Amino acid sequence: MSQTDFDVIVIGGGPGGYVAALRAAQLKLSVAVVEAQHLGGICLNWGCIPTKALLRASEINHLLHDLPAYGFKAEGVSFDFKKIIARSRAVSKQLSAGVAHLLKKAKVPVFNGYGKLDGTQANGRRKVLVSQDGAAPTTLTAQHVILATGARARVLPGLEPDGKFIWSYKEALVPEEMPKRLVVIGSGAIGTEFASFYRNMGADVTLVEVAQRILPVEDEEISQLARKAFEKQGIRVLTGAQVGTLQKTATEVHIPVTLGDKTETLVADRVISAVGIVGNVENIGLEGTKIQVDRTHVVTDALCRTGEPGVYAIGDLAGAPWLAHKASHEAVMCVEAIAGKTVHPIDPTKVPGCTYCRPQIASVGYTEAKAKEAGYKVRVGRFPLLANGKALAMGEPDGLIKTVFDAQTGELLGAHMIGAEVTEMIQGYVIARTGELTEAELAETIFPHPTISESMHEAVLAAYDGALHF
Amino acid sequence: MAIEILMPALSPTMTEGKIARWLKKEGDTVNSGDVLAEIETDKATMEVEAIEEGIFGRILVPEGTEGVAVNTPIAIVVEEGEAVPAAPTPATAAATVAPAAVANAAVTASAPASAPATTPQVARPTNRIVASPLARRIAASKGVDLASIKGTGPHGRIVKRDVEAAESKASASLPSRAQAAAPVSGGGSRSVPHTTMRKVIARRLSESKATIPHFYVSMDVELDALMALRAQLNALSSDEGQDSFKLSVNDMLIKAAALALKQVPEVNASFTEDAMILHDDADISVAVSLNDGLITPIVRAAERKSLKQISQEAKSLVSRARAGKLKPEEFQGGTFSISNMGMFGVKEFAAIVNPPQAAILAIAAGKRQPVVSGDEIRIATVMTVTLSVDHRAVDGATAAKWLSAFRSIVQSPLALVL
Repeated sequence: MSQTDFDVIVIGGGPGGYVAALRAAQLKLSVAVVEAQHLGGICLNWGCIPTKALLRASEINHLLHDLPAYGFKAEGVSFDFKKIIARSRAVSKQLSAGVAHLLKKAKVPVFNGYGKLDGTQANGRRKVLVSQDGAAPTTLTAQHVILATGARARVLPGLEPDGKFIWSYKEALVPEEMPKRLVVIGSGAIGTEFASFYRNMGADVTLVEVAQRILPVEDEEISQLARKAFEKQGIRVLTGAQVGTLQKTATEVHIPVTLGDKTETLVADRVISAVGIVGNVENIGLEGTKIQVDRTHVVTDALCRTGEPGVYAIGDLAGAPWLAHKASHEAVMCVEAIAGKTVHPIDPTKVPGCTYCRPQIASVGYTEAKAKEAGYKVRVGRFPLLANGKALAMGEPDGLIKTVFDAQTGELLGAHMIGAEVTEMIQGYVIARTGELTEAELAETIFPHPTISESMHEAVLAAYDGALHF
Repeated sequence: MAIEILMPALSPTMTEGKIARWLKKEGDTVNSGDVLAEIETDKATMEVEAIEEGIFGRILVPEGTEGVAVNTPIAIVVEEGEAVPAAPTPATAAATVAPAAVANAAVTASAPASAPATTPQVARPTNRIVASPLARRIAASKGVDLASIKGTGPHGRIVKRDVEAAESKASASLPSRAQAAAPVSGGGSRSVPHTTMRKVIARRLSESKATIPHFYVSMDVELDALMALRAQLNALSSDEGQDSFKLSVNDMLIKAAALALKQVPEVNASFTEDAMILHDDADISVAVSLNDGLITPIVRAAERKSLKQISQEAKSLVSRARAGKLKPEEFQGGTFSISNMGMFGVKEFAAIVNPPQAAILAIAAGKRQPVVSGDEIRIATVMTVTLSVDHRAVDGATAAKWLSAFRSIVQSPLALVL
């Protein structure tokens, strides 16, 4: 008989859940993972990773169609869409297997099935029911239960995925064929990345956003530059746009969009609905407990504790920001607190956000507007990639690095980047924020030449003494 | 081999101190017993002596630095010809033998009765304050002392939230005081930074007046008999040498107070939330005024000591107090205080209780004045004494009883020499 009683049970095997299990095993806690579908969760199977594989393909396609700019000549460039999709799936599969291997190496048992809280035993240990395919459920017990069931696409009435015309991110990742005309509703990270992928693969793309600007959580200047870049690439961008009732014909979808007092009907082969996500709070045994649910996420304190002692919620289930690295960090914090270590709550202003469209977008901390709203007197630095040698050499001159400092203390309040490779560079500013460096240490830091990262240095100087190269 | 001189713990409770003065310069020869530095704690200044010989290699903590934690390396002594290490490494600091073997806090007076205070626990070396650049900058701009902050970042690093928490705590408890402390003067004013002693006086006495319900009982006491006895006793002293003595009125009043405390032991007490602590010995704290404040060295078990002993001890304590060289245990503790302002011609005054003691006796000047006794008027030397009392510990009748006992002893002073 295999073990059924643990120190910690983690429900959900995504970047929150499996990381929690690995950390618990490191800290010598006995731990099990309950996973209904596939280890690695949405991130690894239907989110971050497969989209990056697709975006890599679209980037190559873009370069192949831009070869003359670099002095090349090639004719008859084409691609096999099915193979591009297949490569994306293979990457996901490989990583999911990697997670399984990591858990096995850490001797963490994985129970396949849906996990559900089921009250407590007389001795106070929490019960978790694991059920799959209508088979008799297994009962596990543990002192602590970490809920990490993640989230799924929000479905708006009239935009329900139908497997044919209307896609969520899931269908958009595994299409049978390239749509010629695509409408993407919602310009957050997910919508923007799909718009970028399909446009760079050659589709006609319209990006529709209800807010007044795309990527509404980013700094306004970055939103404007992204819009400009997208429009230059041929993406049609509609902001402040209300979507009406969709009309489906045998072969296409008609999407009425109201902009102010004008209504226009967009015609598309496919529609991607990317209007946010909702937490998976159903069927995990929250009913009748002291665990509170606000709309679609579980309410927790800063250390991920729910209203029930010994029950925690992490990652997307516990609310925004919906980011894998936030889930993983909460996982470590939560488990370390269980193990009796001193932990500190996550400071959302130290969590970076990345969008892998072309050009890439990355940011951390306060936007200029948010900093002013919070009462800071700010110093802002800007440096355009147009003035950066490496960006020019690479043929990627579009972009901007923007820094926001507290004028009083020199604290780096926020950094906002758009351009080539910025998602790989933002960590420099995140380290600065986490390490509480001021403009002085950043100015004293020697950045290697020639790199795009030199622009990060210049953007700091620009906020103070003035940039040297602009 | 290079030896680190660590900040010594000069009393069992000392956690930090100030490097008041370095007496050696880098490059000086050091002989065993040489005084290297003066360390200032709450109220005392003490000397750090070298135990080993060598060359005074490097000062790690400059003169005037406050809040230096016990066991922090403060200087390096090297052997002749040896290179001076740049700065202590954690490894060498940890490997250093207990500082008692290297440097010793020495004071010229007799050894204290309590356990020697010069063997601090070997703690993690804290030779520098680990703080983020942002924390440092915020602390500097808000005037927050980083040494007083406990860091909550990785490995105890002081981060922004720690400075902000410390600052908000300080500002929450201080606003009215800060306002009151900045009077506007038409003639201009200047700001004199507080000494450690001034801060302690301010803190302790504010605390006393704010938390202890004081009441005051005064009584007139005739001094003629005591002064006659004093003259007789002083005539017995040899002119000079070890056995010479010169009793002061104050010496005799110290003993009188101690004897009164034995007669009314309820006053020799400390109030605590849970219980009344009654002290066996009458350890008399004697207020001594200094240029920049005051200090209360203690004549311990005064009821058991001869007047000569008390006199010699008090003299030594007072002179060392004025030189700032008292050891903490010589002024910390005490069960009852005396404050004598007779030499200033004061008519009468009331003192503030010195917690955790329950009472303090304020002694004014003796003055020849007419006294009615029976139906006659005669001349006597009279002083007014006022007992300030912690009402939580001592009630009015008990205070009056103690004053009566004190007066009886002073007016019939032969008990002082028994």
